[in-house]
Amino acid sequence: MSAGQERVAPLPPLGGLGFARWAWRQLTSMKTALILLFLLAIASIPGSILPQQGNDPLKVKEWIAGSPSVGRLLQSLGFFDVFAAPWFAAVYLLLFISLIGCVIPRARQHWRAMLAPPPSAPRNLDRLGGTVTLDVNVAPAEVLAGAAEYLRRHRWRVVSGPAVTTDGAQWVSAEKGYLRETGNLVFHVALLLILASVAVGGLFGWKGNVIVKEGGGFANTVTQYDAWGGGRFVDSDSLTPFSFSLDSFDVDFEREGSQRGAPKYFEAKVTYRDDPAAPQQESVIEVNAPLEVDRAKVFLVGHGYAPHFVVKDARGTVVFNDAVVFLPQDGNFTSTGVVKIPDSEPQLGLRGLFLPTALIDKIKGGQSVFPGPDNPAVFLSAWTGDLGLDTGMPQSVYRLDSESMTQIGLGTLRPGQIWDWQEGSGSVMFTGFDRWASFQIAYDPGKEGALISSALAITGLMLSLFVRRRRIWVKVLDPAGATTVVQVAGLTRSSSLDDIDLGALTDDIDALVREISRAEATPKEHL
Amino acid sequence: MTTSALAQASNAAIYATMVSLTFAMVAFAVSFAAGRRRVPAVAASVGVREGGGSVAVLTRPSDADEQPEAGRRSANIAMSLTWLSFVLLLAGVVMRGLWAGRVPWGNMYEFSISAALATLAAFLFLSLRSDIRWLGLFVVIPVLLTLGMAVTVLYTEAAQLVPALKSYWLVIHVSAAVVCSGAFTIAAATAGVGLLKGGLERRAVARTGSSDGVLARVPSVERLESFTNRVVAFSFPLWTFAVVAGAIWAENAWGRYWGWDPKETWAFITWVIFAAYLHARSTAGWRGTKASWIAIVGWLAFLINYFGVNFFVNSLHSYAGVS
Repeated sequence: MSAGQERVAPLPPLGGLGFARWAWRQLTSMKTALILLFLLAIASIPGSILPQQGNDPLKVKEWIAGSPSVGRLLQSLGFFDVFAAPWFAAVYLLLFISLIGCVIPRARQHWRAMLAPPPSAPRNLDRLGGTVTLDVNVAPAEVLAGAAEYLRRHRWRVVSGPAVTTDGAQWVSAEKGYLRETGNLVFHVALLLILASVAVGGLFGWKGNVIVKEGGGFANTVTQYDAWGGGRFVDSDSLTPFSFSLDSFDVDFEREGSQRGAPKYFEAKVTYRDDPAAPQQESVIEVNAPLEVDRAKVFLVGHGYAPHFVVKDARGTVVFNDAVVFLPQDGNFTSTGVVKIPDSEPQLGLRGLFLPTALIDKIKGGQSVFPGPDNPAVFLSAWTGDLGLDTGMPQSVYRLDSESMTQIGLGTLRPGQIWDWQEGSGSVMFTGFDRWASFQIAYDPGKEGALISSALAITGLMLSLFVRRRRIWVKVLDPAGATTVVQVAGLTRSSSLDDIDLGALTDDIDALVREISRAEATPKEHL
Repeated sequence: MTTSALAQASNAAIYATMVSLTFAMVAFAVSFAAGRRRVPAVAASVGVREGGGSVAVLTRPSDADEQPEAGRRSANIAMSLTWLSFVLLLAGVVMRGLWAGRVPWGNMYEFSISAALATLAAFLFLSLRSDIRWLGLFVVIPVLLTLGMAVTVLYTEAAQLVPALKSYWLVIHVSAAVVCSGAFTIAAATAGVGLLKGGLERRAVARTGSSDGVLARVPSVERLESFTNRVVAFSFPLWTFAVVAGAIWAENAWGRYWGWDPKETWAFITWVIFAAYLHARSTAGWRGTKASWIAIVGWLAFLINYFGVNFFVNSLHSYAGVS
């Protein structure tokens, strides 16, 4: 996509084919490519300002709820999912079509140029400017042979002129830097390959999130995920059958300084197996160190607390005994969650606030002041009645639908404490807490391709920017003369008129001139 | 040295850099004012003639570029002060790293002082190869602004890296991005000087028939544009590399190599704009003024990515350490 000249499109000739040709020429013109590049940049901007469905669906909901009319309009136009929007796709697809339309003819042209010998010397080298003329005491054939040998040694493609031309001159013509255009083409093709790799990842890859408590396990089936999404060609019934369990989760927080409360490290110790028949293996998953199982990768993306409760009913039978995942609400892990006990009579529900380092303020109420469990406490509100689980409507495990329930009390508990909510009608004990970790598990078959294509793109880019395409001619003006008059001249073929090209060419010419002059200083064999 | 002594020394070095750079700025400005003189418009003629098609014809630039005596001394003083500033800033950044016990790229304060260092380094490196004292003023000003912003708004005590940053990719990805910040700044500066000079020349020629002298000592507009092109040609592959390295790291840390996080989006926008710049350089009618504007817009996109995304957008890259 970097044709040297602007193509001036003629007026569209009549007829469908003529118009198609005209449209194609317009689309593949450099100016169109430029405009499409700008459009691509501008089209990306809303994706960085508005919340995006793919990154933060909750924020999108909030945004639309905040200003419904504008929100719905923006949503229908795809502004909350810019990078999947048809208009965004239109821009990059047009850009890629324009790219293909430019790369193909240029590749053909480059192929021909690679096969063709360097062009013969122009009649008048003086016209090129920067020409060096020197008078040497060496036979013309020797000068030209020496120059050709020197140029070949420096990896120029060299052609020698005819023994006798119309003006009697003999010449050597050389060209170098074909890799510039090769690099340019490789770069643009690599961009297409990156796009293809992204598409492969999108169609054949999948990604899911799951929360696992300490001591808990996970097997790779869609039903075990909290959220899962896969490409069109993924068979969600036959995911790779690996499994793992979270043996323990360790975390430590900064206690001093301005970054107090920031995590110092966290790591999840897991035991896993590639498939149910495979032997167990142990591993530690950290933030920058995912676990790779059967081409899928397990990433540690979050963590939190799971307070453990033992609930008894009026008769003293244990109706609930488990750790419950509470979701952190702030940097100090003030966490909320609910306990649902459908097996008690009547049904019971608990709403809870877990504070790892509780500070109880008379006015603000309870809050956590440090993410580590220095002084854990839970605030509970207990509800009795119908949990609404039998309606058939799916319910979130993190929300208690208290519409048909009545509150029976509020309690504050430290580890080991018991709260009897109504004399003899039941109790809850806060026995302590486990930790949980959330994992993102992803399989992307396109990523290796994307990586290789990117490496190819960078290589091609560097060749296309740093290699200088240039020609040099050495010409003996009057082979029959008393001394040999040699002219050396050159041309750069870069389209950006960069003076570094000219600098490189000047250096080449100077080096060649030195080489020719040196030949004169050495004793001659035939005079 | 104890850590608190290192901390004090690092901060002192940064402040000393700012003092020294302020003097450098004044000296550069003086050299500009002293260089003010009238020259015929022809003096700014093109060093390169365009041949047929996309073929450039070699014309050797005349070596006898006359150097006006006035202002040379203050320009030399300014260059010495810039070297001094570079050494001081290098010391400040290194001591910051020693204080923190890691590479000094953990928060925005550290990114900023490193970016300032990279910009000075790029300028001084280029100054060894060609006489670019005329560029000094336009490099020192953004560097001073960056350092000023760093010590006032962005300052944070050195602390351990958050776990997400604990990776050798930090060194690879951030060093490439920091070098690009320096190179993009230089490119934008030369593009800006070229636009300014071009505009002044056109106005002066229209009014008096000769070009005004404020920027007379600055190379011709064409040479400035060519210079900008070289710097962008150097930084564009490096920026591509920085983005790819970031993607590899993201794949390792977050489970996907590209997720249109705001930081990624703006890195992409910056990339696209500089790609457009390189294309514009080989499109007739876009090569000059328009291309220069594109280089400046690309630099602005880079700045938005650095400051805007860290402060105003909720991004996975929110490592500012500033609340």
